[in-house]
Amino acid sequence: MIIYGVALLAFCALLGLVVGDTLGLLLGVKANVGGVGFSMILLLVLTDALTKRGGFKPVSASGVIFWSGMYIPIVVAMAAQQNVVGALKGGPLAFLAGSIGVVFSFALVPVIARIGRGKREGGS
Amino acid sequence: MMDLIHQALIRNGLLTGFIVVGALIGISYVLSARLTRGRLHGSAIAIFGGLLLAYVGGRFSGGKSGIADLPAFAGIGLLGGAMLRDFSIVATAYGASFDDLKKSGLPVVLSLFAGVTVSFICGVGVAFAFGYRDPVSLTTIGAGAVTYIVGPVTGAALGASSEVMALSIAAGLVKAILVMIVTPLIAKAIGLDNPHTAMIYGGTLGTNSGVSAGLAATDPKLVPYGVMAATFYTGLGCFLAPSVLFLATRWLFPG
Repeated sequence: MIIYGVALLAFCALLGLVVGDTLGLLLGVKANVGGVGFSMILLLVLTDALTKRGGFKPVSASGVIFWSGMYIPIVVAMAAQQNVVGALKGGPLAFLAGSIGVVFSFALVPVIARIGRGKREGGS
Repeated sequence: MMDLIHQALIRNGLLTGFIVVGALIGISYVLSARLTRGRLHGSAIAIFGGLLLAYVGGRFSGGKSGIADLPAFAGIGLLGGAMLRDFSIVATAYGASFDDLKKSGLPVVLSLFAGVTVSFICGVGVAFAFGYRDPVSLTTIGAGAVTYIVGPVTGAALGASSEVMALSIAAGLVKAILVMIVTPLIAKAIGLDNPHTAMIYGGTLGTNSGVSAGLAATDPKLVPYGVMAATFYTGLGCFLAPSVLFLATRWLFPG
């Protein structure tokens, strides 16, 4: 049944977020640390184990796949509620502070990716 | 009659949200095919359209939540809110390759530290150029350049002024919005077409909304990899900015 997939997804999402909040608390950080990441790993592990035992049928999976497909619309809705006016009000200081870091970060991506790839080729 | 329709839209906010977003995405895909021959992805245009709506909504309502502050569009707030966003992001992991995730472990950790530090330094540099000299303001604005959550968390911990806090949040918003818009445009140039680079990208840029929207507009298959890495970024920023990075800033600029 579709609800099995949706329920499993909700369980993984919630448990991961709780783990992330707990980790944040332990580290003394006022933020969720890695919550969604833990949820994703949990979902991968659980669906894999259940599928192998025949307990996660395609119909159940469609409950997960539906929400995966809703991801882009949800992101568009998220964009529509950003504080764009607030970002523009920050003036040149906020614009430069936000954008210069983005330029350097983008430039770093291929550099770090190459380090990782070189290592992987050497290791395997 | 108009009032009756308006009331129905408000009472069924989530349904209104589905229709608005569905229509926006539909129009965007037509524009993508007709005007750019598919070169600029339909979802990239839709996300930009969402930001335009957010601007219009913010102008009309004077609030902080874009179009969602107008009562008829409040459902968009629920649809694009943190709960459903996290729920659907987790769902994208279904079918991702566990092996690809494991392989990139160490470079991702490196990208997280590099990303937070570089953004922070750029933010501090700009704040300095605009005349700020006290370490608390410099650190708070630098933290805002990391993400719009790290900024106020750090500012509150250090006791920054509300003017500096507002600037810091604005810097983080600029970053998130810029990442959403720029990612699909420069994806090719930085080699963003495989799970490994997507994870590095997520770890380096790190702003959750920016990364998730940027990858969605580039290649939805890469979303889980980038987001998986980015999910540690804000936490790391909240950890480093008020501690190590603040001490370093205070050492450089004693005020």
